[in-house]
Amino acid sequence: MRKVQVIVIGAGPAGLAACIEIAKAGGKAVLIDENGKPGGQLFKQIHKFFGSREHRAGVRGYNIGNQLLKETEDLGVEVFLDSPVYGLFRHPEGILVSYMHEGRERGLVGEKVILATGAAENALTFPGGTLPGVMGAGCAQTMINVNRVLPGEKIIMVGSGNVGLIVSYQLMQAGADVLALIEAAPSIGGYGVHAGKIRRAGVPILVGHTIKRVIGREQVEAVEIVALDEKFREIPGTEQTVACDTVCIAVGLTPLTELAWMAGCEFAFIPALGGHIPIHDGDMATTVAGLYVAGDIAGAEEASTAMEEGRLAGIAASEALGLYGPATAAPLKEAVWTRMDALRTGPFGQKRYEAKAQMLEIAKGGKQ
Amino acid sequence: MRVTKHPILPEEAPCDVTIYVDGKEIPAKAGEPIAAALLAAGIRVFRKTAKKGYPRGIFCGIGRCTDCVMTVDGQPNVRTCVTPVRAGMKVETQIGLGRWAEQA
Repeated sequence: MRKVQVIVIGAGPAGLAACIEIAKAGGKAVLIDENGKPGGQLFKQIHKFFGSREHRAGVRGYNIGNQLLKETEDLGVEVFLDSPVYGLFRHPEGILVSYMHEGRERGLVGEKVILATGAAENALTFPGGTLPGVMGAGCAQTMINVNRVLPGEKIIMVGSGNVGLIVSYQLMQAGADVLALIEAAPSIGGYGVHAGKIRRAGVPILVGHTIKRVIGREQVEAVEIVALDEKFREIPGTEQTVACDTVCIAVGLTPLTELAWMAGCEFAFIPALGGHIPIHDGDMATTVAGLYVAGDIAGAEEASTAMEEGRLAGIAASEALGLYGPATAAPLKEAVWTRMDALRTGPFGQKRYEAKAQMLEIAKGGKQ
Repeated sequence: MRVTKHPILPEEAPCDVTIYVDGKEIPAKAGEPIAAALLAAGIRVFRKTAKKGYPRGIFCGIGRCTDCVMTVDGQPNVRTCVTPVRAGMKVETQIGLGRWAEQA
């Protein structure tokens, strides 16, 4: 069986960044992804990124995607597409990665393996929630920005975090009519700058409201919304029905951790990071020898931190392979940590900073 | 509906192939997900559930939830959100678990 130094699973921002660092260290990385194209969810992000210049702030997500792809190509990273990984197994020389390609089972052994599998959108349950026209906000974003198709014309967005705010604005840019944003919490979840754009466009953001049910026979025809009290209980008599054809759900992400569970990683439950997260140390190393995590699988954040975590895992794996001595690796890792800490500041970043600090403590203790 | 005018994104190439949805001709772009072509044509019900016949359409768009599966070229349970369009594809609304096409 073929053996390589590092196998990176997932060709999104974290996986691409990891491969770039391994190639820069002189290592050989193979990147595997189930999709037909690399880039993960970067190509649907048409907004400009935040942060400073070294985080590529002011550059639109899809252009960052193009830059990363060009860099991986220039560095000669081998990419296997249309290749869903279905299993990780112990192997005398590392970790055996089993995947499907063109209907056949294949295998590849990696001395080190980096899981950068990302996250999936959370669902909300309410009567009518399975009707065609109810969909993830990220799904709608893919449709308008990547496939250039409107998933509907009259839209209700549920959730006022950054995904809900940004996708609402992008749906308007694509020509849809966003009727309202619904938020169960008493205040808006995302950045004020994004919320301001929605409000200036005349779209109401209804905090303290939720969906009671979706009405329709073959597809969404209307939603019934209701106000909530401070304990998130419905306030009788506040129901109102709004005619619409699409309900987008933006209520957070859950890390895609199946392969980490299968590999035997120990987990910690940290709600601020999206639930059960593989325990990882300051090198992004899990509790399984030779196995690393990076990006949303290590805690749902956003693309900029995912790239930094990918870099960190790539540098750490290169060091573990002996491609870097500790004296070379230490300042490289330190620089990544400085940039990551800068991304985890402010009223929204602070929670993630604290959650990641908690994770480091758990990792130091070995067990929870 | 296709997004033809966009303030940021460049103009897109027009439809270049035809697919058949329940026998009806639908214009599509080779390589786009089948689900995108269907939404562009205003088709939102992709299948009916096995027991109660409830309608289902696209939900996650990343191949995870399998709500958007249809019968494609005689093969049931094809995830239309991650399966690219090819010219002449035959796509059918799937009833329940679907049926494999009769062997010719």
